[in-house]
Amino acid sequence: MKLLNLQRRMARAVMTPLTPSERMRRVAPDGRPMRAVAAEFIKPNDRLTSFERLEIYNRQYWFRVLSSLIEDFPGLRAILGDRRFEAMSKAYLVDSPSRSFTLRDLGARLESWLTKHPRWAGSRQALALDMVRLEWADIEAFDGKSEPPLRPEDLRENAGPSLRLRLQPHFRLLESRYPVDDLLLEVKKDEDTDFASNAFTERHKRKRVLAVARLKPAPIYLAVYRLDFSVYFRRLEREEFLLLRALEGGKSLDSAITLAFRKSAIPIAERPANIQQWFHNWAALGWFCRTDPGPSQS
Amino acid sequence: MPANQFNGFTDYGIGIGLRATHYPHILTRKPVVDWFEIISENFMIDGGRPLHVLDQILEQYKVVQHGVSMYFGSAERLNRTHLRRLKDLVKRTRTPWLTDHLCWGSVDGRYTHDLLPMPYTFEAARITAQKVREVRDFLEVPIAVENVSSYAEFHVSEMTEWEFLNEVVERADCGILLDVNNIYVSSQNHSFDPFTYVNSVPAERVAQIHIAGHSKYRKYILDTHDHPVIDPVWKLYARAIERAGHTATLLEWDDSIPSFQEVHDEALKAKRFLASASLATAV
Repeated sequence: MKLLNLQRRMARAVMTPLTPSERMRRVAPDGRPMRAVAAEFIKPNDRLTSFERLEIYNRQYWFRVLSSLIEDFPGLRAILGDRRFEAMSKAYLVDSPSRSFTLRDLGARLESWLTKHPRWAGSRQALALDMVRLEWADIEAFDGKSEPPLRPEDLRENAGPSLRLRLQPHFRLLESRYPVDDLLLEVKKDEDTDFASNAFTERHKRKRVLAVARLKPAPIYLAVYRLDFSVYFRRLEREEFLLLRALEGGKSLDSAITLAFRKSAIPIAERPANIQQWFHNWAALGWFCRTDPGPSQS
Repeated sequence: MPANQFNGFTDYGIGIGLRATHYPHILTRKPVVDWFEIISENFMIDGGRPLHVLDQILEQYKVVQHGVSMYFGSAERLNRTHLRRLKDLVKRTRTPWLTDHLCWGSVDGRYTHDLLPMPYTFEAARITAQKVREVRDFLEVPIAVENVSSYAEFHVSEMTEWEFLNEVVERADCGILLDVNNIYVSSQNHSFDPFTYVNSVPAERVAQIHIAGHSKYRKYILDTHDHPVIDPVWKLYARAIERAGHTATLLEWDDSIPSFQEVHDEALKAKRFLASASLATAV
């Protein structure tokens, strides 16, 4: 058997989902008995059959990838519940196995997959999708690229209505139908309580389930960004969000401002002060980077 | 013997794996440690806290890169994105040598994120050695391949594991990261004498040695890196040192990680073997 053929066979078996009792399936994806499939390429020994030896790798694969998703998406898990989250994760990984050398990217396609397969999100699809977007933005903001922040002197020659500003590569803008930022912070707070006893953990889990059940739609606009190596979520006003999104899309300053206030309820007289305050905050938080990026800062 | 072309002619002592749980201790207490081994993939990112911590570690300590997903033994081509990112990290750490496993883990672009065992065939040795050469040429740093723990053997194998290792490293002209715990685990799972393995390895190619703990189950042993090193593994280590000389040694502890001091103390037990190896060389 050629190397490629053997590796294809083994990978197919290893990536086949486990039974509900976390054992290797008796039937292979092609309908043949898995015992026969394993015996074709794996030697038995005096203690383990070919099936049992292959099963060690099959179980290791699923334990590894499932625990990676559990670690990366605690908010989604809180929304779906442990059992539904596990079922969804398995379905996602069967349809969309890892295509990256790093487990960090395992959830990269989860949002698009969940959008196409809404039944896995149960009755709270909109909430689940909002949470997936936030949790993926959190991952990207954590280790995304950072560039030198914009300085006043960088604007000397370019300031004016046609100015185009660049946002930090790790910066993410989100529009959510639910206040998922509060929920995720609550979930993470529970996880960080490392002194928790079992009773404490269970009590908090129930509290979290109730919090999710009661969560009502309340549209929010969010910036997910990194400052001093920590990721933060910052709520934005609608116009603030639209202005940043326009700038992110490459619009000039005057076009972005026009777009942001197109259907705004903010009185015209108050807008200049608003804009001034927003830019002050954004600059203080280092959200803008230089137009001509120098060497990257990590 | 210790400094050779496969570890960049360095003479590193006893190191431990750099793990996030120990960051606060290392950064605030600055303990004396010969060197740290980092998992390359944890730092093949664009920015953020992990790289910031790494830069602080690099200011104070010697660092060697160890990878888990190069998959020299996969039949498919090397992942160019992976290689480019790895090269960026090599430039950052200036690692004197780089290690990854003699295994496979991806096929048709799909990753298992596991260290899957090789079939010990001449075809597999040829493909693997070619990829080791490609990686070395691209990264411009010496490469050492690590023997893995395994739980399965293949009908198609044409040689023993140590013969396969020798075949690959001779063809690739690369170094060996000899993991004596992995040799012990595989010897128990496949019923061979681990000393035969250690005695068969070309000692002049050993760039580094790994020691670790494991978990024993009823019918097999799993390489879990969550326990202290057991005596039979220390004995294999002693034999490896006897053959290869005073070699850079690294303790792996990846799960149920105890305090920094406990991990470091466990690693430093290797000193008594290194001391006797030095004496033997002096005599």
